[in-house]
Amino acid sequence: MVQQDKTADIHAVIRRGKRWDYLFAAIGLICLAFGLLTVLVLVGKMGLEGLDRLSLDFFTSYPSRRAANAGILSAWVGSVLVMLVTAFAAVPLGVGAGVYLEEYAKKNWVTDIIEINITNLAAVPSIVYGLLALGIFVYQFGFGGSILSAGLTLALLILPIVIVATREAIRAIPGAMREGSMALGATKWQTVRYHILPYSMPGILTGIIIGLARAIGETAPIITIGALTFIAFLPPLPLVEGAGLFDWVMSPFTVMPIQMFNWTSRPEEAFQINAGAAGFVLVVMTLGMNALAIWLRYRLRKNIKW
Amino acid sequence: MNPNQHPYPVKAEARKLNFFYGLVQALKAIDMPLYERQVTALIGPSGCGKSTFLRCFNRMHDLYPGNRYEGEIVFHPDNTNLLSTEVDPIEVRMRIGMVFQKPNPFPKSIFENVAYGLRVRGERNRRVLDDKVEQSLKDAALWNEVKDRLKDMAFNLSGGQQQRLCIARALATDPELLLFDEPTSALDPIATASIEELMHDLKKRVTILIVTHNMQQAARISDHTAYMYLGDLIEFGKTDEIFIKPRDKRTEDYITGRLS
Repeated sequence: MVQQDKTADIHAVIRRGKRWDYLFAAIGLICLAFGLLTVLVLVGKMGLEGLDRLSLDFFTSYPSRRAANAGILSAWVGSVLVMLVTAFAAVPLGVGAGVYLEEYAKKNWVTDIIEINITNLAAVPSIVYGLLALGIFVYQFGFGGSILSAGLTLALLILPIVIVATREAIRAIPGAMREGSMALGATKWQTVRYHILPYSMPGILTGIIIGLARAIGETAPIITIGALTFIAFLPPLPLVEGAGLFDWVMSPFTVMPIQMFNWTSRPEEAFQINAGAAGFVLVVMTLGMNALAIWLRYRLRKNIKW
Repeated sequence: MNPNQHPYPVKAEARKLNFFYGLVQALKAIDMPLYERQVTALIGPSGCGKSTFLRCFNRMHDLYPGNRYEGEIVFHPDNTNLLSTEVDPIEVRMRIGMVFQKPNPFPKSIFENVAYGLRVRGERNRRVLDDKVEQSLKDAALWNEVKDRLKDMAFNLSGGQQQRLCIARALATDPELLLFDEPTSALDPIATASIEELMHDLKKRVTILIVTHNMQQAARISDHTAYMYLGDLIEFGKTDEIFIKPRDKRTEDYITGRLS
């Protein structure tokens, strides 16, 4: 009899406990659905709006005064080229700094201050980077409102992301790998080159792509350094018609978000449709980059186990 | 103990060795010889400093800040003090190999794992690498199991095979002294037996220092045994003598299981 009472008590306790389980699961699901739905509706509405304009012509036409002829050629080419410069600048700097901080820097107060500042840099509003770049790259270095200026500005912007991703990826490597390498007489650099970099590559690549995905949507700093809002020519192809290998980096440019912003500020209804289409393309580009990051991480991690 | 009376020459010798983790003293004035081509076992309860002592020999403590050595470990035949600040720890690790508690093969192919020590030394000749990898895997009694799949990833091997791979990796660089830090504590009894057998063969060509918290293992495989307790070396001697008639009461208590 006593045993039965005990069992009944336990059942009651479990029932009461589980009530909260169900309640929380329901609340969580609602939160998730709310967030997801909002995004889906926004992207869907934009996509639907711009659907009429999404044709090959849209990608191969320059902007135009007539909405029906206007396209995003100069914008997407500009975005791709700016990302190229950003990646070339941010990756070596960010990965190098991350590796140095994790593997070489002595753990003292100077390193602590640098660490805190890197975290803070990630929180600086992007417009501030724009102002900084206007002073330094555009005027001081004389790069002007060029692809180079924009790429370097965005590189600064995502540098903290790349550094932090590099450090986290390195920290996830078990100390046993480092010890195993050093115990065989390897130097620090040999350990970094043969173990630390290859094993942290999936995490670093993910960080780089997430950073680039953020940079590709940035508008404020690019406007600040003086990107054009209307441009009907492409940067010179390298080594074509007398152009040098790197002449394109000094070319004026526009990027996707600016093109979009330009169209949304027009009074004509037809341009709103263009803006929707451009926005949809931009979102697809960003999602595509994130998908690439996930795929790369999955592929590379398959060969790394400890 | 006078090394001259011993049939085996001394390979290395700790002299008044103190070691500090920051302010905490982990080893206290240890004097102990390692005899050439003999197996020396370090036993003692957890936290007694046996792994700390072992890791002094290849300067592993240099990898972490705040660690400090005092005293010497003299390495023969050239009388190098391994702990001297003038001796590069990398040079020390090039002469002294180490096998860790948990098998730690690199996430690379079996071949690359064994070849790594040679690559670090700048060896690029494919022939030399091939020969050396084969020889090392044979010496580690692993060749027959892996010769057809040298390109396979090392983590696909069983735990015991991984540990033998780590031994092959250490052997490939012809170490003069091989350190084993509880090499079988993560392995099943059959894998343990194969590693013990391997060590018995290896001592023909290399001096071995092994940390173990398995006293039967120490009794089975070692020629000399050191009992450590709270950072002190309590007793050092021939394994038979330590286990049959220990001189120190504390050693006797530990061996008979009254102290764990």
